[in-house]
Amino acid sequence: MSETVTRAQLSEAVYQEVGLSRNESADLVESVLGEISDALARGEMVKISSFGSFAVRSKGQRVGRNPKTGEEVPILPRRVLVFRASQVLRSRVNQGLAALEPSDIEVAS
Amino acid sequence: MTKSELIQRLSERYPDLYQRDVERIVSTIFDEIGEALARGDRVELRGFGAFSVKRRDARVGRNPRTGASVQVTEKYVPFFKTGKQLRERLNTD
Repeated sequence: MSETVTRAQLSEAVYQEVGLSRNESADLVESVLGEISDALARGEMVKISSFGSFAVRSKGQRVGRNPKTGEEVPILPRRVLVFRASQVLRSRVNQGLAALEPSDIEVAS
Repeated sequence: MTKSELIQRLSERYPDLYQRDVERIVSTIFDEIGEALARGDRVELRGFGAFSVKRRDARVGRNPRTGASVQVTEKYVPFFKTGKQLRERLNTD
């Protein structure tokens, strides 16, 4: 069955890896996410080798529709984030999942 | 910002840590996320975003250069959905 990993497991992994306290480990995880968010908010691209890259893309204004009422609503220009997994991560995921039974994988397509 | 620039910034923020340890910490975090995805797990980081894996069904593709059709097998692609807080920050700062 597919599970959900959160900050808690990431902090635990950091705790196991380096000689820091649990609190410091959790703080480090937060700082990593914070530094990445700050860079993206400045409009910078963030590239993590062998993991992937996050890029900020600007979208122009377009006309959208309220799917419930069918009413036309303008969608204002905005910035969105796109993540592209590196080749290393892609093959790691495909190798890992090829070894599992298809029923073990919760598919989000 | 690259991974080494991220490490640089964190080292400045934590002057008591060896840079070597900061490197290990950063690698551990991304390794852990990758490992979770390779098990088919989801990684949910509130405020930041969530990583998951999507399945792409097998399909018949085409070599764009020659036009020859090729069988593309089923594959999995890592996917990231931006968290609400980060999405809002991108549009206010």
